[in-house]
Amino acid sequence: MSLEGTATVTSAPRGTARANLADTSGSLRRLLGQRWLRDLGLKVSGVLVVLLALEACSRTGLLSRDWFPPITDTYVELFKLAAGQPLWTEIGRTLSGWGLGIALATVLAVPCGILLGSNATAYRMTRVVIEFCRPVPSVALIPLAVLVYGVGLEMKVFLIVFVTFWPILLQVIYGVQDVDPVVRDTARSYGLPAHARFLRVTLPSAAPYIATGLRIASAIALVLAVTAELVVGAPGLGQSIVVAQSNANLPRMYALIIVTGLVGWVINLAFQAIERRLLKWHPSQRQEVAQ
Amino acid sequence: MNRRVLGFLLELALPVAVLVGYGVWASRAQSFYFPPLDEIGRYFGELWLFDRVGSDLVPSLTRMSAGYLASVLVGVSVGLLLGMSRVLRTAAEPVVEFLRALPAPALIPFSLLLFGSGDSSKIFVIVLGAVWPILLNTIDGVRGVDSQQLDMARAYRIPLAARIWRIILPAAGPRIFAGMRTSLAIAIILMVVSEMVASSNGLGYFVLEQQRSFAIPEMWTGIILLGVLGYVLNWLFLRVERRVLAWHFGLKGLAGPATGRTRSAGRSPFGKRRASPSPTPAHSSASSDGEV
Repeated sequence: MSLEGTATVTSAPRGTARANLADTSGSLRRLLGQRWLRDLGLKVSGVLVVLLALEACSRTGLLSRDWFPPITDTYVELFKLAAGQPLWTEIGRTLSGWGLGIALATVLAVPCGILLGSNATAYRMTRVVIEFCRPVPSVALIPLAVLVYGVGLEMKVFLIVFVTFWPILLQVIYGVQDVDPVVRDTARSYGLPAHARFLRVTLPSAAPYIATGLRIASAIALVLAVTAELVVGAPGLGQSIVVAQSNANLPRMYALIIVTGLVGWVINLAFQAIERRLLKWHPSQRQEVAQ
Repeated sequence: MNRRVLGFLLELALPVAVLVGYGVWASRAQSFYFPPLDEIGRYFGELWLFDRVGSDLVPSLTRMSAGYLASVLVGVSVGLLLGMSRVLRTAAEPVVEFLRALPAPALIPFSLLLFGSGDSSKIFVIVLGAVWPILLNTIDGVRGVDSQQLDMARAYRIPLAARIWRIILPAAGPRIFAGMRTSLAIAIILMVVSEMVASSNGLGYFVLEQQRSFAIPEMWTGIILLGVLGYVLNWLFLRVERRVLAWHFGLKGLAGPATGRTRSAGRSPFGKRRASPSPTPAHSSASSDGEV
C-alpha cells in the first residue's frame, strides 16, 4: 500500500471519471499537477538525504569503513553487477523458487478455502488445525525441509508452499464467508444454478480477499526464499550475499542487499498494480481512489 | 448430547485424527525422518523439562522480547511523526517502502558486521523486520483519526502532548494493535532465523544443530516447541489486545479484535456470527497492508 493516499488521488483523474469532470477541473488539475510535482520532489529529496547521510557517515569515518564502504562504491558495484550475467542468474534462481511456491500454494489453497468457506461443518472441523498451524514460525521447518528435500529448489518450494498456504487459505475462507447474504439469497431465489452462483456471486465477492492473500503470500515467499538461501546455502540471492560477505567484498554484499530489496519492491508494486487493475470495479478499490 | 458439546467434539475430531494417524503410521513405518510420537515425547521431556530451558529458550525469548519492544516503541513514535506530518510522510515514503520490501534475513550479514555475533545483532535484525507493520499501521491509524475531534481539540487549545495521548493514540489503537500482531509473528520468525546464522545458543540454533548432527527426534522437539511458542504468544497477545482495546470492541459491538478500517469494522467476517471465542482475524483485507 502506498504510504500516502494523495498518490492515488493524483492518479485518479486519469480514470474514466475524468471525462465528466474535464471542463470543470482545469484549474483543479493544474493544482493536482503541482502537488504531484512537489510530492515527487519530496520523495526524491528524501531518498537523496538518506543516501548522502550514509555517504557522509562513511567518508568521515562516523561509520567505520571496515564494515560500511561509501554508498557510491556500493552503487558502482551495483551497476557492474547489473551489467553482468551472474546477477540475473541469481535473481532468476530466487524468483523461480518464489514463483513455483506461490503458484502451488495458490492452486492448493484456493479450492480448500472455497470448500471450507462455504461449508460451516468443514470449517469447524479444521479450525483448530488451521489456528495451530498458522502461527507456527515457518522457519522452524527449514531443518526438516533440508533433511527431506536436500539443498535445492525443492526445499525452497516446499517451505514456501507450506508457509504461504495459510494466509491464502484464510483470506479465501473470509472472502467466501463475507459474501453479502442479501445478494446470495437473491441469486438463490431467482433460481441461479449452483455453478452460476459460485461464478457470479461468490467468486467476485471473494476476489479482493484472494488478491490480498496473494499479495501477502508473495512477500512472505520472498522472505522465505532468501532465508533458505541464506541459512542453508541454496543457490540464489541470499547465498550470494553470504558469499560476498565471507569474501569480505563489502560493496558487493551491500549491492546484493539493495538488489534483494528492489526485487521485493518490484514484486510488491506488481501485485498492487495487478490488484488495482483487475479489481477496479470493487468498492474497496473504488473507495481507495475516492478517498 | 447438546449442540455445544457436539460442536466441540467436531472441532477436536480432526486434530485428534491427525495425531492418531501420524502416531500409527510413524510407529509402523519406522521412517528415519518421522519418528513415532512417543519417542518425540520422551525426548521432549528430557530436553525441555527443564534441561535446556535456561540455555536455549530463555536467551531466545529475551532477544525476541527486546527486539519486539524496540519495534513497538520505534514503530509507534515514528508512525506518529509521519502520520501527523504530510511533508515528512511523503519524503519518507520511498525509503520506507524499500526497507519494508527488503527481506529482513538479507540484513543478517550486515547486522553481523555491525554488531558482531552477540545478542544486539539479533535484536537489530528483529527490529528491522518487525517495525514495518507497526509503523505503517500507526501511520494509517493516525491519518484515520476523526478530524472533527482534532479540530475541536485545537479549538480548545489542548496541548499537543494531551492531543496525542488522549485523542490520536486511542483512535489509532486498533490499527496499531493489528500491526503489532503481525509484527509478533515476524519477530518470532526473525528470532529463529537470526539464531540459525552465527549463533551459539537459542532455539533456532538448537533446531539447526540437531538436524546437522542427524538427531531427528531432538530436532522435532525443537520444531514442536517453536510451534507451541508461536501459538501461546499469539494467544497471549489476543488476551492483552482484548483487555487494552476493551472500550473499542464494546463501542463497535464486536466480540474480538477486528480489522481497523471502518469499512470492515461493521462487517467483520465474524461480525454476523454469534460471539465466538476464536480470535477474529486481524487478517482480513484491510489490516494486512503492512504484512511482512
